[in-house]
Amino acid sequence: MRIVAFLCNWCSYGGADTAGVARFSQPTDLRIIRMPCSGRVDPLFILKAFLGGADGVLVSGCHPRDCHYTAGNYYARRRLEVLKRFLPILGMDPARFEYTWVSASEGQKWRQVVTTFTQTIHDLGRAPELDPEARAQFCAVIGKPLGKGSEDNTPTPEGPA
Amino acid sequence: MFLPNTQAREAKRKALIQAVKQELPNLERVIGWGEGFSPIHARPLVVKTEADAEGLIWGGRCVHNLVTYLTGYPDRHVGVVVKGCDSRTLVQLMQEGLVDREKVTVFGMPCDGVVDLAKIKRRVDLDRIEAVEFSEDQVQLIHDGGRETVLGYEEAAARKCLSCQYPNPLEFDHLIGKPKEPFGDPARLYERVEAFEKMSLAERFAFWQAEMRRCIRCYACRNACPLCVCRDQCVAESREPHWLTQETGVEQKWMFQMIHAMHLAGRCTECGECERACPMDIPVQLLKQKIAQDIKELFDYESGVDPAAVPPLSTFQVDEDNIEEREW
Repeated sequence: MRIVAFLCNWCSYGGADTAGVARFSQPTDLRIIRMPCSGRVDPLFILKAFLGGADGVLVSGCHPRDCHYTAGNYYARRRLEVLKRFLPILGMDPARFEYTWVSASEGQKWRQVVTTFTQTIHDLGRAPELDPEARAQFCAVIGKPLGKGSEDNTPTPEGPA
Repeated sequence: MFLPNTQAREAKRKALIQAVKQELPNLERVIGWGEGFSPIHARPLVVKTEADAEGLIWGGRCVHNLVTYLTGYPDRHVGVVVKGCDSRTLVQLMQEGLVDREKVTVFGMPCDGVVDLAKIKRRVDLDRIEAVEFSEDQVQLIHDGGRETVLGYEEAAARKCLSCQYPNPLEFDHLIGKPKEPFGDPARLYERVEAFEKMSLAERFAFWQAEMRRCIRCYACRNACPLCVCRDQCVAESREPHWLTQETGVEQKWMFQMIHAMHLAGRCTECGECERACPMDIPVQLLKQKIAQDIKELFDYESGVDPAAVPPLSTFQVDEDNIEEREW
């Protein structure tokens, strides 16, 4: 599965790092993009990720009242909530997008978030293909079908807690 | 209810012309509506002289939101004729500091509803219309050498008119005629969104795939949009950042509509110009209506009503009333 995660530099990226340092085992589907702040996340990044073939998108920042820049996550919360409600009208499952708050010390919570979200996306399966015609055309040009990607990945939630 | 072709309408037209003539010496130009190329079409009319002012018209054909032009004249004192719905756009632009109210003279028209040419087009070839007669609850069209078609209000009026809550301009210097009672049904505001949401997610996705594939990327929706003020700096044509490529695939077209909708979140006043301008009749306004509905629910906010209000996405509450944190 292709899951894109936008993490704020100060909390959630640190939280993911904490989880790694603590050697928590986590599903490997996530592609993390480090952002200066969750307030930097333009909702269009998320839509662009979906149109680019992402099966799920996760945004995580500092807890409310904890933003490194005081208020970035408050703005993010409003924008992301509007986006989450907007997705269904496009025919995209809102469960494929989630936003949350994880602090740098919450390695355990990060593991929980990643495992739960990855499991949700695996249950939903691949996102509907946007342009099967273009894919067919492309395959005709290169003369072979496109690779399978990482569809067969299964999350591995179990590990040392 | 449309304004009938009667003396009352002619009187309003004369009053408008009179007011425009009176203000014209102080203004660089006034933008109103004039006769178009057929009896059903009106077109924006730029009035610079008293003789031009005689060409102004008023009635159910005045569909354009002329506020679109205002941001093109940032340094000049201009006049503009607005309907109630158009005035909301003006309020929104004032709120964002994009229009200097001191430099705009507003001629407000309490409105009786305007037609939707896309609806009429499905019944009658617009190019063959020979005469149009409005009465309160219908439009009579003479076309194709004397044939007559009568469309009811519901069949001919723009969608926004059916749920209109703002027939009277919220912002004006000259009000032409008496204010009206709102005649739209507020329950119908999000009628189309609600009908669309009866479809399953997969059906909606397939719907947009098919609709967006028809897009010809003419950007008429953007050019007609009074709140698309970036002009030459639009991200649709920018290379840095490179949001869109020149590829013809559906993802580029769809992405553009998402950009348009997101850039209007909390700002769109639902004037419907994007959809009216679309030569392919793609229901692009649906996306913006959905966001407006969400914004209303989440933040109890309606755009373009209060020039002193802060747009909901430019502010926040530490504890949001309507956003619940999800547990993991």
